[in-house]
Amino acid sequence: MKMKKLFIFLLPVFAVAGLIVFNACKNAEKPTDINAANAGLTLPEGFSAAAIAEHLGSPRHLLVTPQNDIYVHLAGTKNGKGILVLHDEGDKTTLKTSFANFGGTGIAIKNGYLYASDNTEVYRFKLNDKDEIIDPAQPEKIVTGLLSRRMHEPKAIALDNDGNIYVNVGAYSNICSDYDHNKTGCPILDSAAGIWQFRADKLNQHYGDGIRYAGGLRNVVGLAWNQQDNQLFVMQHGRDALHDLFPQYYSVHQSAELPAECMFALKKGDNAGWPYVYYDWMQNKNMLGPEYGGDGKKAADPKYINPVAAYPGHYAPDGLLFYTGNQFPEKYKNGAFIAFHGSWNRAPEPQAGYCVVFQPFKDGKPDGKWEVFADGFAGPNKTPNGASHRPCGLAQGPDGALYVSDDQGGTIYKITYKK
Amino acid sequence: MSSLLVLLVLFSVCTQAQIKPVKRKVHHTGSPMVRGKIVYNSICLACHMADGGGVPTMNPPLSNTEYVLGDKTRLIKIVLNGFKEDVQINGQTFSNNMTPHADLKDRQIADVLTYVRKSFGNKASGITALEVKKVRAANKK
Repeated sequence: MKMKKLFIFLLPVFAVAGLIVFNACKNAEKPTDINAANAGLTLPEGFSAAAIAEHLGSPRHLLVTPQNDIYVHLAGTKNGKGILVLHDEGDKTTLKTSFANFGGTGIAIKNGYLYASDNTEVYRFKLNDKDEIIDPAQPEKIVTGLLSRRMHEPKAIALDNDGNIYVNVGAYSNICSDYDHNKTGCPILDSAAGIWQFRADKLNQHYGDGIRYAGGLRNVVGLAWNQQDNQLFVMQHGRDALHDLFPQYYSVHQSAELPAECMFALKKGDNAGWPYVYYDWMQNKNMLGPEYGGDGKKAADPKYINPVAAYPGHYAPDGLLFYTGNQFPEKYKNGAFIAFHGSWNRAPEPQAGYCVVFQPFKDGKPDGKWEVFADGFAGPNKTPNGASHRPCGLAQGPDGALYVSDDQGGTIYKITYKK
Repeated sequence: MSSLLVLLVLFSVCTQAQIKPVKRKVHHTGSPMVRGKIVYNSICLACHMADGGGVPTMNPPLSNTEYVLGDKTRLIKIVLNGFKEDVQINGQTFSNNMTPHADLKDRQIADVLTYVRKSFGNKASGITALEVKKVRAANKK
């Protein structure tokens, strides 16, 4: 009786306390404030970040010219244009022009041309001596007819120093189950799930004009030519749903952490093993996939290459950049920055990624543990739909600043360092 | 172009994965909402997320869309048959495939769709096992 009275007496107190808690939660759900210090990002000491462009739509990969023009490739078109040219004026940008009637992900400059891809073709535009497009309406089609089947469609690109361009063709399947019912061999590997090499100066090349440079790569979006090694490095998006498909072998937690997202240093003819194998970063082992007789313990056939570095599952690496600038401290020189778009396939565990990672390198190979370099893109709601921003593309400016695109909120971040 | 993607991936994977016949526990107690949430969490959540928000460009959201709130027959058929087309919802295109979930019992489908139609800000009517049974029978013809 007394208790009841006391409870009634305290009700308004509970109500007020509840309101306070409720409001506190509401405040915590405010999106990342890009006017906040460092545009809402957390960075190592000495670094700062600014949001130099916002609301661009869905910017994917980007690059910065020696004249401080930023070419940004949008996933779709905005006002009919798929590539924006922004001029960087330090802590802000102005829109200089826009062109290209196609959206897409890949964009690169090499030997006086700007290369850009949509989901099936690669084009190039001739540049003048200020790295401006001479005739935006007349690109040359370099590669045509690449497969794009509703999954892993973007074609990221990179160029070497010998006149070749490398294009990923993602697998249009999680693990090839729809195409390899009898487990006799995945039939889509001849034209997808790999990196194709084409000539950078030859028009209208089809599959037959190029070579399948490396295969067994489920999907690659972040890739870069390493000038120190003179070698192509790629980031693979690992398979999904180990627990959903094989609960007898994988716990929910293992399925969130596995398989690793892998960095591969490729040589011509390499096979990374999708869909037959996956990499377990906790056991440091290439494993036989459960669809092909694996059980979470059986190792893969050693004929498949191992990654040179591995990261937690489903982080979704969408950008790779080797840092060659002089602005950042010495430890960053020739190391790799990786933009992790952020997971969705870790549910019901919390999602992860949504950050830019630094991977130290020594003599052209990963050396030491990776570290989170820039975080806080997502804001308080770290889910694929709720994140305020998701890192995608990376670029280096002429002064050594690092640029990060965000294809969720449409922001371009510029990260600088001062001693 | 349309049809729903609604429970994309119930069961496993929105990503064209094959389904191994894994026995899942059928819950008989509790309200349709309670039982529906159990089905949702074990089968749908991996792709459609705990808040039904989905994944941009891949797995469609389950809130505020006619695919969920509208025609029940269409919605039930998506669960039974899966979904393999691009779908546009509120101006965004979603393209991951959803595997069929005909292995679920009529009542499980009714429960989970009732849960989805009344959660994530949705306020639509529930779906009964009898309605699922009828659609399933017509679906087989």
